[in-house]
Amino acid sequence: MVELLSTVVDGIIYSSWLFVVAVGLTLIYGVMKILNIAHGSLYALGAYSAASLGGFWLGHGYPPLGSYGMLALSAVLVGLVMGPLIERGLLRFMYGKDEIVLLLATYSVFLILEDAIKLIWGVDSLSIAEPYGLLGSVDFAGLTYPVYSFILLAVSAVTGIGLAWVLQRTRQGKLLIAVIHDSEMSAVMGIRVPRFYLITFTVGAMLAAVGGAFTAPMVSVVPGMGVEVIVLAFAVVVIGGLGSLKGAALGALMVGLVRSASVHFLPQVELFSIYLVMVLVLLFRPKGLFSSAEARKI
Amino acid sequence: MKRIDPTLMALILPLAMLLAAGPFLPQWVLFLVTLSIGKGFVVLGLMLLLRTGLVSFGQGLFYCLGAYAAGGMGTAFDVSDVFLLLVSGAAAAALLAFVLGFLVAKYRDIFFAMLSMAFSMILYGLLVKTAALGSSDGFNVPVPTLFEAKLAEASTRYMVFAVACVATFFVALAVHWYQKSPLGSLSPAIKDNELRVEYMGASVRHAIHVKFVIAAALAGLGGALTGMTVGHIDPEMAYWTTSGEFVFVTILSGTGSVVAPFLGSLIFELIRSYAYEYSPNTWQMVLGTSMLIVIVFLPAGMWSVFASRRKRA
Amino acid sequence: MQKRFGFGRILFVAFATVLIAVGFAISAPAVEQKPIKIGIVSFLSGPAAGPFGVPARNGAEILAEALNEGGKVPGYGTKGLGGAPIELVYLDEAGGTTKQVTEYRNLVQRQNVDLVIGYISSGDTLAIAPVAEELKKLTVFFDSGTPRIFEDASYKYVFRTGSHSTMDSVGAALYVTEMRPNIRKYAGINQNYAWGQDSWSDFEAAMKILAPKAKAVTSQMTKLMSGQFGAEISVLLSSGAEVIHSSFWGGDTESFVLQAAPRGLFKKSTVVLTCGEHIMYRLGNKIPDGTVLGGKGTVGIFAPDTELNRWFQKVYAERYYVPPTYPTYRMAQAILGVKSAYEKAMAANKGMTPTQDQVIASFEHLSFDTPSGKVEMGLGKGHQAVTGISYGTTKVVNGKLTITNIKTYPKEKVNPPEGVLSKDWIESGFKRTK
Repeated sequence: MVELLSTVVDGIIYSSWLFVVAVGLTLIYGVMKILNIAHGSLYALGAYSAASLGGFWLGHGYPPLGSYGMLALSAVLVGLVMGPLIERGLLRFMYGKDEIVLLLATYSVFLILEDAIKLIWGVDSLSIAEPYGLLGSVDFAGLTYPVYSFILLAVSAVTGIGLAWVLQRTRQGKLLIAVIHDSEMSAVMGIRVPRFYLITFTVGAMLAAVGGAFTAPMVSVVPGMGVEVIVLAFAVVVIGGLGSLKGAALGALMVGLVRSASVHFLPQVELFSIYLVMVLVLLFRPKGLFSSAEARKI
Repeated sequence: MKRIDPTLMALILPLAMLLAAGPFLPQWVLFLVTLSIGKGFVVLGLMLLLRTGLVSFGQGLFYCLGAYAAGGMGTAFDVSDVFLLLVSGAAAAALLAFVLGFLVAKYRDIFFAMLSMAFSMILYGLLVKTAALGSSDGFNVPVPTLFEAKLAEASTRYMVFAVACVATFFVALAVHWYQKSPLGSLSPAIKDNELRVEYMGASVRHAIHVKFVIAAALAGLGGALTGMTVGHIDPEMAYWTTSGEFVFVTILSGTGSVVAPFLGSLIFELIRSYAYEYSPNTWQMVLGTSMLIVIVFLPAGMWSVFASRRKRA
Repeated sequence: MQKRFGFGRILFVAFATVLIAVGFAISAPAVEQKPIKIGIVSFLSGPAAGPFGVPARNGAEILAEALNEGGKVPGYGTKGLGGAPIELVYLDEAGGTTKQVTEYRNLVQRQNVDLVIGYISSGDTLAIAPVAEELKKLTVFFDSGTPRIFEDASYKYVFRTGSHSTMDSVGAALYVTEMRPNIRKYAGINQNYAWGQDSWSDFEAAMKILAPKAKAVTSQMTKLMSGQFGAEISVLLSSGAEVIHSSFWGGDTESFVLQAAPRGLFKKSTVVLTCGEHIMYRLGNKIPDGTVLGGKGTVGIFAPDTELNRWFQKVYAERYYVPPTYPTYRMAQAILGVKSAYEKAMAANKGMTPTQDQVIASFEHLSFDTPSGKVEMGLGKGHQAVTGISYGTTKVVNGKLTITNIKTYPKEKVNPPEGVLSKDWIESGFKRTK
C-alpha cells in the first residue's frame, strides 16, 4: 500500500516535470505546425542560464530565496532572446514549406546551438543546487521528499492553467485559436498572423527554458542534456495529441505514472516503457488522445 | 533508335569508373564509398516513402535489424558469404516490415514518423537489455567472404566495395523501374491527394504497405552492408538519432532521381568526416550550418543542381 | 534532343565522381614527417566530455609538451619519444561506433598518424580493435571498461594501458564486506547499458562469494543521462539495503548525489560510487559523509607519493586549476607506456629508430612507472595492463572533503590470472590457479 502510494507520488512529480518540458513543444506545433527540435537546446540554454544567473546571485550573497526569481528570470531572458532570433532570423523565411523541411531547419539550429553552448560555457558540468535544498524536505508515505519537487508541481500547474486561461478567456487567445484553425482566413479577417507566430514561438521557447531552468537545481548541467529531453517531449506530446494542451497534461501523467510503476515493480522495462505507452495509445487513438478531426479535402 | 534511359547511364558510368579505379584508390576511400552506399540504400528507401508523403523517423529499426541479422548469421551459423549476408539482412527487415505494415500503413504525417520511431526505440531497448548480444557494446562481425572463399585482407575490402557497387546498380535500377510501374507511380498522387486515388479505385493502404516493405528491405540491406564494412554492430543503429540522420540525408539529396541518395550520402559523409578532422570541437556547428545552407539555397535537395542543369540545356 | 539532355547530365555526374575520387587521392599526402604523430581520440563533446574526454585530452597535451621540452618529467629524461618530438592530433570520440571506425581509418590512412591513443567507450574499443589489426597500426586504448577486448580475442597491434572494469567491482565488494562483514541486504543503481550492467553483475557475483548470506534486494537500471532519479531513490530508500552499489559516471553521478542526499539515502545506506573519484572535486562537500569512493585504480588522491606523481599533480593543477582525476592519470599511463616501449625498442635496435614491430615486441609484458605507480602489461598475452585499486570513505572536515580509511588492493587480488575469463574467475571464488 505504502509502495503504491509512493509510486503515485513519484509518478506525479515526474509527470509535472514532463509537462513543463513538453508544453512549449505542443504550443508551437499547435499554432505553427513546426515540430521544434531546437526545443532541446532551448531547454539546455535555460538550464545553463539558470546556473550562471543563480550562481551570480548566490555568489554575491543576496538572499537565497531570490534564487527562485533568478531561475524564472533566466527562462524569460532565454525566451526573449532566442525566440525572436530563431523565428524572425530563420523560420519566417520557410513558412509554407513542407513540415519536414521546417523540422530539419530546427534540427540544424539544434546542432548549431549544441556547439554554441559548448563555446560559451565549456564542457564541464555546472550546478546550482542551493534552490533544491533551500526549502527542506517533507516526509510522505514513509519517504522523504524535497519540498522543491512540489515547487515543480506548482510551476507546472501555473503554466498549464495560465496557458489555458490565456487561450480561452482572453481576446488575444481567441484570436490565436482562429489562427490555429485557419491562418489564411484569419489573415483575410485582418488578424496579424506573423505577429502571432512571433509571440507563439517566443512563448514556446520561454517554456522550454522554464523547463530547463527549473530542472537545473536538481541535476548537473552538462552538454548534451537537451538531446534526451527532445524524444521525451515528443513522446508526451504525440501521446496526448499534437497541439493539445489537455493532451500534453494527460500524456505527461500517463508516461509519468507508467514509468514510476515500472521503476517500482518491473525495473527491466523502464528503458522502453514510454515507447510502449506511445505504441499502445497510437494503436487505439491513431492521432493521440486529444486530436481534432480533420476535414477531408478532395 | 531507342532512347537510352539517362538514369541507367547515370548509374553505369560512375559505378564502372569506381569499380575500375577501386584497386588504385586509398583504402579509406573504398571504406567511405562503401559506407556511403550502405547508407544510400537506406536513404533510397526513405526517398521512396517521401515521394508518397511519408517520413519515417524509425528507419533505424530496419537498418539495425538488417545488420543484426547479417551479424547473427555470421556468428551463429558461420555464414560468411557476402551475398547471403546481404540477402538475409534485407529479408529479415522485409519480413518485420510486412508484419508491422498492417499497423503502420494507415498512419500519416507525424504519426507515421513517431510510430515508426517508437518501434525502433523498442528494438533499441530490447537490444540494450540483451547481454547475450553484447548489450549496448554490440559485437564484432566476421570478415565477409565471396562464396565462402576467404580472400586476403586488402582484397576483401575491394570485394565488398565491388559487391556494393554492383548491388547499387541493380537495386537502384529496380527502384527506378518500380517508380515507373503503375503501383509505383501512385506515389506523387498519394502525396497530393489520397482521397482522389481511392476514388480512382486504387488502394492507398496497399500501395503504402508495399512501399514500406521495400523501404525496409533496402534499409536492411544497407544495415547488413554497413555492419560488414564497419566490422562491428551495436544498438545505436536503432537509436532515433541514427534515423534522424537518414531523414536529413534524404532531404539533402532530394527526390529527383534514384542516383541522388547515393550521391547525397557520399557528400554528407565527406562533409562530416572533414568537419571531424578540421574542427574537432565544433563539427556539429559546421554540419548544422551546411545543412541550413542546403535547405535555404537548394530546397529540392542537392539533386536539383543536376536537374536544373538539365532544364537549362 | 532528349538523348543529349540525358548525356549532359551523365557527363556531369561522371565528372563529379572523378573530381571526388581525385580529391580523395590528392588529399592523402604520403610525405614522411620527422615528428612522431599521435592521434588522440577522446570525447570532446557530449556528456562524457567534461568528466572524461577533456581531462584526458588535457593530460595528453601537458605530457607531450613536457616530454618535448625534455628533462621535465621525473624518471623520463629523454626528449619526446627517443628524441623525436611528439605531435598530437585530436579527434572527437562522440557519434557512435560507425563514425568512430570511419574516423579511425581516416586518422590512420588520411592523416597518416604513427600511432593512435584513445577511446573511452567500450563499444568503440571493441569496434576499433579488429580495424587496428587490419590496418596494422599500433593502437593504445587508455581507458574503456570491458574485459571482452582481450578475453574474447587476441590482438597484435592493440594494447590497453589501464585495467579493465572487473577490478572496480571486485575491489568494491572487498571493501564493502571488510567494512560490513555481516551485511544482509544490498542494492544497485547503474546505467542501463553495457558498462552499468557489467559493473553490477560483477559486483553481484563477487558479493555472492564474499558475503554468501547477503541478498541483492533491487537492481535499478536507469537510462543513460536521464538525470531524473526520483522514483529510483524512493525504491532504494524503502528497500532497506545497507549498501548501494553504483557505477554512475559524470553528470548522472552528480545529479544522483544532488537528488539523493536531501532525501536521506546516504544516511540510510552506505553508497559506493565505484568511479566517484572523478567528480569529488566538482561536488566537494556536497558529497555526504560515509560515501565510499573508488577511482578505477591508484590514481589522484589514492596515487603513490612519488616524485613523478607530485610533478604531475603540480603541472596539471597549475594549468587547469583542478587536480588531475582518473582519466588524466590513465592518459598518462598510455603515453608513458608508449614512451617506455618505444625507447626500450630503440635501445635494442642500437639507438636507431625502431620499427613498429619492434615497439610492439618491447611493449608486450612491459612494466613502467607512471604517476599512478607501476603499470604492468600482465594480461591478454602482455597487451592488457593490470594495476591495483583503492577505495576510501568520505568525511568532510572543516568544510573540506577528505578521504579516510583508504584501502588499496594489489593487482593480483582484483584481477583474474592470464587465460581465465573475469566472470569465471569471480565465480570460482577468485582462484589464482586453474
